[in-house]
Amino acid sequence: MPSAADLKRTPLYDAHVRARARMVPFAGWEMPVQYEGVRQEHVAVRTKAGIFDVSHMGEIETRGPRATEFLRHLLTNDIEKVPPGGAQYALLCQEDGGVLDDLFTYRFPEAGGEQRYLTVVNASNADSDFAWFEKQAEGWDGAEVTDRSPDYAMLALQGPEAISLIDPLLEDIDLPDRFRFAEGTVAGAHALVCRTGYTGEDGVELLLSPADAESVWNALTEAGASPAGLGARDTLRLEVCYPLYGNDLSTDRTPIEAGLKWACALDKDFVGAETLREQAEQGTSEKLVPFLFTGTGIPRAGNTILSGGEPIGTTTSGTLSPCLEVGIGMGYVQADRSERGTEIEVDVRGKHRAAQVAAKPLYQKKGD
Amino acid sequence: MAETAVPESYPEGLLYHKEHDWARIEDGEATFGITWYAQDSLGEVVQFDPPDVGSTVSANKSYAEIESIKAVSDVIAPLSGEVTEINEAVSETPELINEDPYGAGWMIKVKLYDPAETESLLSAAAYKEFLQQQE
Repeated sequence: MPSAADLKRTPLYDAHVRARARMVPFAGWEMPVQYEGVRQEHVAVRTKAGIFDVSHMGEIETRGPRATEFLRHLLTNDIEKVPPGGAQYALLCQEDGGVLDDLFTYRFPEAGGEQRYLTVVNASNADSDFAWFEKQAEGWDGAEVTDRSPDYAMLALQGPEAISLIDPLLEDIDLPDRFRFAEGTVAGAHALVCRTGYTGEDGVELLLSPADAESVWNALTEAGASPAGLGARDTLRLEVCYPLYGNDLSTDRTPIEAGLKWACALDKDFVGAETLREQAEQGTSEKLVPFLFTGTGIPRAGNTILSGGEPIGTTTSGTLSPCLEVGIGMGYVQADRSERGTEIEVDVRGKHRAAQVAAKPLYQKKGD
Repeated sequence: MAETAVPESYPEGLLYHKEHDWARIEDGEATFGITWYAQDSLGEVVQFDPPDVGSTVSANKSYAEIESIKAVSDVIAPLSGEVTEINEAVSETPELINEDPYGAGWMIKVKLYDPAETESLLSAAAYKEFLQQQE
């Protein structure tokens, strides 16, 4: 574990400490894992609105007359299918199809023949992703990549009340539709307002100057958003089966095994496409599945999954679901045991806990 | 503050272990629990997995597991003995450990094998001093 002196701090560090957050090291940053408690913060996001500091996320800008072509080559999804002002989820893969990261790319309107994109990446991969972008950009005339991570703070406002809370604070722009973004003034600060998130709730993610982060954070908390930490972010994303890089995704796994074929435009060429097409056609020996415990126990990453007494896989994420009040998780299992409803057991520190392969998402948003 | 938050305290009369457990000794029998510091570090307790009545617990070794939403922790026995009773209420309502760590949140009762083991434990004052040194 790095010492506290090596850890980076977001512009909201002092605000978190004042709010009595428990700060922990995460991906090289000192981040709030919880304020009042994971369950309370989780429930606030599911029933009202929560605000997360996700300024540790990295941002890579790609611009130039061939930026679109470059990103179509680099990313599994097809950014050309998204209109300017749109956002798209994709994977970044190695040649062998192994996942380097999962990320969101925002497409700006073209100006003066120049295409421009901003890609938001996981903090744990920010440096290696940028190195990969740079290496791939060598020999690409017309696509220039820049690490913009120091230029952006990022706040995520999520929950059923997020939209009614942010709307009055938008000064010169309209609220964007789902998977769209708008650039304008929010609570007095210039920001990209993106209708995206990692909780399964409606809401926005704001990309803004680090200098403005605290005033916007204060405006949102005063308007009624509850601060929520990385603990709740993890339980929220797991209830809706969003993968977490480093747990559910790694260079040892492909998007096809991870059930992310929907984010792979297999009709175009991109780094890793050959393997993914082959796997999509022939199937994979293992698949990532969500599961629910049918009795007591709490799964954690790294537990063995069994069926009929035989090991069939390993969990990659696990927690107690605050909304469902049972153990939940995801793990890779043999494809022939990945059918929804399959009875499985999870070995939690020597105790075999009963579980069942379930459908995504594990938690269904109210009204959906 | 969280609804479960109680003020920090380390009652006199209990004996403390550096793994943040306490023992209350009465006539060769001891009640075990975890300290305010332990429950605060852990956060909201969502599951308590107790040992069986009749089983043996050994000083400085884990006798139970306690889980928050984020993580699982071992509970260390401050003294050795045979388990005579477990707190069923805590198994059913684990947040009692946060709400009342020295009262309703007790975990097990143990018939002590060697009452002299208590000499290795700390008084409330010594435990508080130990906590301050940790910071």
